Amino acid sequence: MNAYPLRVNGVEHDVVDAWDGENLLYVLRERLGLPAAKAACEQGECGSCSVMVDGRLVCACLVLASSAIDADIVTPEGIQPSAHGELTPVQDAFVSEGAVQCGFCTPGLVMAVHDLLNREPAPSDLAVREALSGNLCRCTGYGRVLAAVNRAAHAAAAAR
Amino acid sequence: MRRVSEHRRRHRGGVALKPFRYERAYDERAAIATLAATPGAKFLGGGTNLVDLMRLGVETPDLLVDVRRLASDRIDETDAGGLRIGAGVRNSDLAADARVRTRYPALAEALLAGASGQLRNLATTGGNLLQRTRCAYFQDVTTPCNKRDPGTGCPARDGEHRNLAIIGHSEHCVATHPSDMAVALVAFEAIVRVVGLGGGREIPLVDFHRLPGDTPQRDTVLERDELIVAVDVPALTVAVNSTYRKVRERASFAFALVSVAAALDVVDGEIRDVRIAFGGLAHKPWRAHVAEAALRGSAADTDAFRRAADAELAQAEPLRDNGYKVELARNTLVRTLQELAE
Repeated sequence: MNAYPLRVNGVEHDVVDAWDGENLLYVLRERLGLPAAKAACEQGECGSCSVMVDGRLVCACLVLASSAIDADIVTPEGIQPSAHGELTPVQDAFVSEGAVQCGFCTPGLVMAVHDLLNREPAPSDLAVREALSGNLCRCTGYGRVLAAVNRAAHAAAAAR
Repeated sequence: MRRVSEHRRRHRGGVALKPFRYERAYDERAAIATLAATPGAKFLGGGTNLVDLMRLGVETPDLLVDVRRLASDRIDETDAGGLRIGAGVRNSDLAADARVRTRYPALAEALLAGASGQLRNLATTGGNLLQRTRCAYFQDVTTPCNKRDPGTGCPARDGEHRNLAIIGHSEHCVATHPSDMAVALVAFEAIVRVVGLGGGREIPLVDFHRLPGDTPQRDTVLERDELIVAVDVPALTVAVNSTYRKVRERASFAFALVSVAAALDVVDGEIRDVRIAFGGLAHKPWRAHVAEAALRGSAADTDAFRRAADAELAQAEPLRDNGYKVELARNTLVRTLQELAE
């Protein structure tokens, strides 16, 4: 396979001069210039490459890009409300709670929190911890991350 | 993390991988024929285990035949009152299915006890059954391993085997099967439906995975050209009162040291029916026939639970550093049965 289409954040991209074995994470970052999903463990354990494929939160490092042809892919770049600099309520909560230190895990965590709150708008503390167990953060100790999830959930409830 | 990334050779999009071809299968017969005719071809499901093993160099296929769009993602009622789970049903969807949650709760609990949300969203029912052991020697191509490279030896036997098998192992291999889902399915007497060049056949899940013997490279009885198409779970009244208890080194996203899937039906203090399977003890999910036989018709009390657990675990042959698993398995089973009897 030398060229194939990939639908990312609602835009059709042509991936050219690629080989079949490239994983989705590599194609997103290196071929399509979408660097928000991060390459860390590359074995499905750290969640820093979390993206949505056909509405499911997955580790892009374990998905062959060829197998994602025809799928709807959403990266952290694709959840932005509109213009540059505008934040989603989840991103805003991360900033407000100081849930970011080195920032490497943050895009993956934000994707996981979006996915969680879409499925479960008012999760229990245990449900939050379980939902984020596939996202490793080596800086924050998770306390402020959990506070950010709470803040985002409450903000969404207040807005309803 | 089991391997720290800075200790691994960096690869850019897998260019360090052995090159392979990728084909998407839309026709079952054609996919099976392709696999049978192509040495080095493998079926690709969700990829959570196979893609990782390819990075590690443990698996080096020449061709991946992607069967995810071929495999059914439906969960259907069977005429006999059970469920037929398509091989392509994602672990997350199976765990969320209302029929599974009410009629086979241990299965839903086992699925949710495995991996992380990101992985459960990718992993398929068929692929889950075919995942390979997480024995550290198997995953490290710089060490000998009879399962990965037959005839090279088993360093785990005298090496790092704290997490490995206590039942049914051989001098050639002491690996355990890592699946949680399969433990619950074995307890519920599930049937694996496969199709190969010669047609279809049904394999009881309890016979699907093998003990290592002197051919540990074969995890299952599946032939090379055979494809899992579905898993049937029979109607089973006792399964309504079932649960899955998993003991691990942290509360989430870790493999079982010991796990128990159990179902219990108690009438007037007497055990009418029971199903038990262990995970983390053997090269296959371990159906506890001895314990079940000891419990049927007996009183549903702690003494009976202890005697049954001891009877099952009398066949355990722990290695130097994993004797703790015998006691852990015993106590985990007793506590699980106590909970189900309450």
